[in-house]
Amino acid sequence: MKSVLTQIGQYFLMLNKTFSFPEKKSVFLKQFNLELEKIGLNSLGIVTIISFFIGAVVSIQTAFNFESPIYPKYLIGYATRESLILEFCPTMLALILAGKVGSNIASEIGSMRVTEQIDALEIMGVNSASFLILPKIFATVLFFPILIILSITIGLIGGWVGCQTAGITSASFMYGIKYEFNAFYVTYCLIKITVFAFIISSVSSYFGYYTNGGALDVGRSSTKAVVYSSIIVLIFNFLLTDLLLA
Amino acid sequence: MIEIKNIHKSFGDNHVLNNISFKFEKGKTNLIIGESGSGKTTLLRILIGLHKIDQGEVLYDGRDFNQLNSKEKRKLRQEIGVLFQRGALYDFMNVEENIMFPLTMFTNQSYEEKIERVNNCLERVNLQNNNNLKISELSGGMIKRVSIARAIAMKPKYLLCDEPNSGLDPRTAIIIDNLIKEISIEDDITTIVNTHDMNSVMEIGDSIAYINNGQISWTGNKDELLQSNNKQLNNFVFASKLFKRLKNT
Repeated sequence: MKSVLTQIGQYFLMLNKTFSFPEKKSVFLKQFNLELEKIGLNSLGIVTIISFFIGAVVSIQTAFNFESPIYPKYLIGYATRESLILEFCPTMLALILAGKVGSNIASEIGSMRVTEQIDALEIMGVNSASFLILPKIFATVLFFPILIILSITIGLIGGWVGCQTAGITSASFMYGIKYEFNAFYVTYCLIKITVFAFIISSVSSYFGYYTNGGALDVGRSSTKAVVYSSIIVLIFNFLLTDLLLA
Repeated sequence: MIEIKNIHKSFGDNHVLNNISFKFEKGKTNLIIGESGSGKTTLLRILIGLHKIDQGEVLYDGRDFNQLNSKEKRKLRQEIGVLFQRGALYDFMNVEENIMFPLTMFTNQSYEEKIERVNNCLERVNLQNNNNLKISELSGGMIKRVSIARAIAMKPKYLLCDEPNSGLDPRTAIIIDNLIKEISIEDDITTIVNTHDMNSVMEIGDSIAYINNGQISWTGNKDELLQSNNKQLNNFVFASKLFKRLKNT
């Protein structure tokens, strides 16, 4: 219990150190652009592939469960849209990105710690937490919502392709997608992914920043970063859903 | 000049440094020697502010490092160049960006001024025209030399080196040692070298402090070292047959 409280305290101390005004704006912007590319643009491929297939599978499974003639066919498009916006895109992608981006952040910062690069920054008088972590948090918080919008779009395209294989007409599917659209669900989805982005980047940075030892410990930190950020994402998924939808 | 007074440091029940006092003089290469685990790396980390001391003073030309506020500490740190054991070069930057980094962070120099300084530093360490090399493309000796170039980019008053020639072949090690000595004399800076390499001691040891069991048990220079009767020091320095023969001649 003491160790958990110590870690939580350390996490908030790190955040306090991180959220300080950048020493040189130009250096911060350069780092931010690098992170946007590393964290955001390099995740486009995996997000596109996963979203397409999730969308396709969701629509096929929904069609399979709505075989009864009592249910109108457009419900398949409707259910696919709701599933993607409410849960699959924000939560599932956050978990996948916790694996990809989280482990990348933790191992990068962890390697810098064990090779004394962070010490070198501190000795120079640079706020290492702000220099290394702040651009990563900004990049994830800014780019993950963009990724999610893309994910929903690709997921719906995947859903349409899935419907074609399940024998549902495009017209029914399109009608279902537009049926009873509640714009707040998109807001809810964006709020969720913004919070998840912050959790993934800050928790992973924490495990990387406090790595001790050598290469093995960098691996351990990376694994811990993925496990803990995934668990915290799931907890916040429950809390946010309860707060915003219940 | 850097002066340490009555330094005590322990990690839990483990007393690593016990009442250490010493003066590291300006324009000289001051060596801290001692066996592995004797506390010399801890002492160096205390000097650069990476470890807090339990008791004592670390004075940089009279300024007590531990009494300075964060702004003053930050300013003082810009006067210190550090050469880490493994270089600690930023691997997401190339050679030029590494050396330019402290200039970008702490000065308002134009790009032309910064590049001129970078090229001066690279020339100083005999690595001219290697600006665009990635860190992964550098050899062990080149990493040390780029680290020295980065350490001197801000024209520091103090240069602290942690085992600068560990992992290097004897010839490259001597080149690095001589480079450090040359910079210390020409730039008139206070240099502290943490080492257990006896070739370095004989090559550049202007002022030597031998740490044993967390205490300074001998001080002197390389010539006095050969005449010393300190048994622990002799066991440490003249451990190899070659050095034993050197002492006996």
